[in-house]
Amino acid sequence: MALADKDRIFTNLYGYQPWNLPAARARGDWDNTKALIERGRDTIIQEMKDSGLRGRGGAGFPTGMKWSFMPKESRDGRPSFLVINADESEPGSCKDREILRHDPHKLIEGALVAGFAMGARAAYIYVRGEYIREAETLFAAVAEAYAAGLIGRNACGSGYDFDVFVHRGAGAYICGEETAMIESLEGKKGQPRLKPPFPAGAGLYGCPTTVNNVESIAVAPTILRRGPAWFASFGRDNNKGTKLFQISGHVEKPCVVEEEMSIPFKDLIERHCGGIRGGWDNLLAVIPGGSSVPLVPAAQIMDAPMDFDGLRAVGSGLGTAAVIVMDKSTDIVRAIARLSYFYKHESCGQCTPCREGTGWMWRVMERLRTGDAAIEEIDMLQQVTKQVEGHTICALGDAAAWPIQGLIRHFRPEIERRIHENAALREAAE
Amino acid sequence: MPKLKVDGVEIEVPAGATVLQACELAGKEIPRFCYHERLSIAGNCRMCLVEVKPGPPKPQASCALPASEGQEIRTDSEMVKKAREGVMEFLLINHPLDCPICDQGGECDLQDQSVAYGRGASRYHEEKRAVTQKTMGPLIKTVMTRCIHCTRCVRFSEEVAGVDEIGALYRGEGMQIATYLEQAAKHELSANVIDLCPVGALTSRPYAFEARPWELKKTIGIDVSDAIGANIRLDSRGREVLRILPRVNDDVNEEWLADRARYLVDGLTRRRLDTPWLRVDGKLQAATWAEALAAVGKVHPGSSVAVIAGDMVDCETMFAAKKLANALGSTMLEGRQTGLAYDTSNLAAVAFNSTLAGIESADAILIYGSHVRDEAPLLNPRLRKAVKAGAKVWLIGPWWDTTYPATHLGDDASVIDALPEDVASVFANAARPAIIIGGGALAKGGLGAGLGFAARFNLVREGWNGFNVLHFAAARMGGLMLGYAQAGGIGDIVAAAPKLVISLGADEVDWSKFANSLIVHIGHHGDKAAHAADVILPAAAFSEKDGTYVNTEGRVQFSEKAVFAPGEAREDWTILRALADAFGVTVGFDSFDELRAAMIAEVPALGAEGLADYGAIPAIADHAPASGVIGYAVKDRYLTNAIGRASPTLQRCSAELIHGVFQAEAAE
Repeated sequence: MALADKDRIFTNLYGYQPWNLPAARARGDWDNTKALIERGRDTIIQEMKDSGLRGRGGAGFPTGMKWSFMPKESRDGRPSFLVINADESEPGSCKDREILRHDPHKLIEGALVAGFAMGARAAYIYVRGEYIREAETLFAAVAEAYAAGLIGRNACGSGYDFDVFVHRGAGAYICGEETAMIESLEGKKGQPRLKPPFPAGAGLYGCPTTVNNVESIAVAPTILRRGPAWFASFGRDNNKGTKLFQISGHVEKPCVVEEEMSIPFKDLIERHCGGIRGGWDNLLAVIPGGSSVPLVPAAQIMDAPMDFDGLRAVGSGLGTAAVIVMDKSTDIVRAIARLSYFYKHESCGQCTPCREGTGWMWRVMERLRTGDAAIEEIDMLQQVTKQVEGHTICALGDAAAWPIQGLIRHFRPEIERRIHENAALREAAE
Repeated sequence: MPKLKVDGVEIEVPAGATVLQACELAGKEIPRFCYHERLSIAGNCRMCLVEVKPGPPKPQASCALPASEGQEIRTDSEMVKKAREGVMEFLLINHPLDCPICDQGGECDLQDQSVAYGRGASRYHEEKRAVTQKTMGPLIKTVMTRCIHCTRCVRFSEEVAGVDEIGALYRGEGMQIATYLEQAAKHELSANVIDLCPVGALTSRPYAFEARPWELKKTIGIDVSDAIGANIRLDSRGREVLRILPRVNDDVNEEWLADRARYLVDGLTRRRLDTPWLRVDGKLQAATWAEALAAVGKVHPGSSVAVIAGDMVDCETMFAAKKLANALGSTMLEGRQTGLAYDTSNLAAVAFNSTLAGIESADAILIYGSHVRDEAPLLNPRLRKAVKAGAKVWLIGPWWDTTYPATHLGDDASVIDALPEDVASVFANAARPAIIIGGGALAKGGLGAGLGFAARFNLVREGWNGFNVLHFAAARMGGLMLGYAQAGGIGDIVAAAPKLVISLGADEVDWSKFANSLIVHIGHHGDKAAHAADVILPAAAFSEKDGTYVNTEGRVQFSEKAVFAPGEAREDWTILRALADAFGVTVGFDSFDELRAAMIAEVPALGAEGLADYGAIPAIADHAPASGVIGYAVKDRYLTNAIGRASPTLQRCSAELIHGVFQAEAAE
């Protein structure tokens, strides 16, 4: 059973209608938002908890619970802030972009509701630097919302003052990490902070802050309107709701699509992407959650439910649900080596294991790609990834290590084959 | 007081401690590079990883993790060992391993810790990173390929020195530590980053390739370049002091040292007076000791003798000279060479009573006629800490860059008696108000005005004394305790026109006023006094004699002899003792121990290390008004004394950093 059109949250995902305020209102956004706010903070947070929504940015932390960590009232006069992470830079991810350019009012309304629920004074939307048109749309949409009195002083006539600021990044992947994003917003070099203190205690400008993904915020008003039970009716336990999947790579029709959670991989591809290029037998491997999760070979992914727990069971993760499909024409070692280069390039350089380790891993991967290596080096590389994983300040170290670990776990014979082949060639040349 | 277990041993740690501190309390060594007690926590080197339960199943950075009740910390588990080996390996893969040609060798954290916590061999066979050379000025030599990006230097500059000069450029592997646009680090504490750098990335440029640490004899000393009395260590080899490093003393200099104190070291071997000189027909001629002493002995000055002490002399020298003058029947002693004549009847009124550490807790501070960064570089970080804790600072005197928010009230000394109402109300309501009176104000009659300010705002109260005078000369407080002060200052001595003037390294005096006196200069450098002297008796610099110094707080500290004085130069007290024989008088001591004993008998406070007790400051109802535009004595922060003026390094600092002269240097 496919997700019915009536159950879709993002009704203008493909931009068939205008993004502007009248069109958004026609789609049901900003419909008596005042009433949502009048439900009160505790009710909103409780309903979000009941809906089972887990953060859509990759880590999958329950959204309602995250909001509830914010202080009920300021004890020392510090305001609270909501930071919305629109720095969508994960290779493979492209869902937030569709929301920003085609449905920005969902996000702005969500910002108001979420901001009210956590007692935030303002929301900062941090948009990826390369998203130029998207940022323009968002700036215009925020201006529209201000002009209509939907945000700003006495937002939506609710008596609540709430500002929304849009901030453009400068193109650093690491600024998608929540504390690096806060540093960047403060005008500093984008480097993750140490935790604790957590942002809910001391975040932006030292004030309590919650950082949420665009999708997590944008779905909130609809969940509140249609009720947590409706949202919770999709997906398996602990993996509720609908989700934007972004399928790229060797499928017939790559697309971004809203589907219910826990849909089996095969159904997702068959229903929306026209199947794998060259048929299902041609499938080699899938990276199911954006570049930072380990790949899953074809046999294991086929029937796996696309949700947090289901993909974890096959040794990977849902991440941002950016599904990268690779058929048998893929040079899998080269693909992962390219990801290693990405992480080497994007490491902020603050802490040792990631700064030094990403470069090392990439260089070894490049040699494994051509086979110019020794068999023992595969094990050494595996150890190096283990030395990076879990030893860093933020998760970029983990993200750099996992794809390589996935490759070694599932495609070691392929790597060894190249090494032997290369050695044989050399011998012949000599 | 949380209780926790470190490697199975239960200990109690102070509230607010980190896991790293808890482990240290338990006697466990935790390797670290980025962590430093006096800097903010960065947590970026990842060397201090330990296993902590409860917590995630991965090692935690102990420097950044608060210690809490019931934690179980393991520093000896397999996980921790592996984590340390891993981080160590990462630190070394792009490190050049050029220890044989690195000046940090032998005192390098990376070397030591790789021996203790690293793997035996490298598994890295890729190309290593190299970083282009960076310029950081005449004091700091950079080899940035060795940098491990601990950011201690960045944090020091920002947090302690208060200047944003050093930062990180680029990211990932390409991250580089540099000064902005490769300018020199210009501030007065810049060389402390050399001590902070755990590897050989930042080393001392003047000291490059001079010596290995294990060749050096280490002697404890006291800095004489200003009145803070920073605790230093003199590293010497043979007859030469090769470098000066700070010692830790939380009450005085924490663990910092001003650049001019650190780098005057090469001045100690240049322009030295190493043989006696006599002025014959207007020209100085080298002489023997016997000739020189005989020449002085022939003067027969009677009681018409004055002693003028320089800024860097120790108490023993001043006491010996005082005994000599007394034996000749004179009490004309003065140390304030530039003509200051403030009242010294109560020493509490001319001391830094809050103490250097105590000023950090002040909540309202008036800086009255002192360029703190030039006159006492090590005080400024203390004031920064006070401001960070919420203190407000006002400044009377020409504006200088304080590095923290401060309000300028005016240049004229009289402003103190006409404070704006809002300022006055802050001081009236402050819990710990303080004033710092510098030489610039003292010269304009500011001491009385300052005491009036103290009375008006009740600066001395239960548990707090906010009245401070900040001197500039290392010899000042000791001199005042020994009576080196005339009511009218040096003017009184000029007026008395003594037949004989003994200069104890008094290089800041306007000697033209003593044209009719015979000037005997007991000093170590051929500086201003030597040009005016009729007889030069070569003496020992601070590094060449034992001595007692009293800093501006009234803190008595002892310095030790590191090397012998060069050539014919002798320790000052022996010269004065020989002069007593030449004059045929007795001074009552025949050895240094006797001299010191006699001094302590006369001024007991000089016998005990620590703060001298000067009693309470005088209550002053009304005072003569201070007036005049304040001027600061220090014109060039690097060339403030005879040793500094002789030092090529400090001359270069002065030329490049203050006067902007670009000095061409052969390509390195």
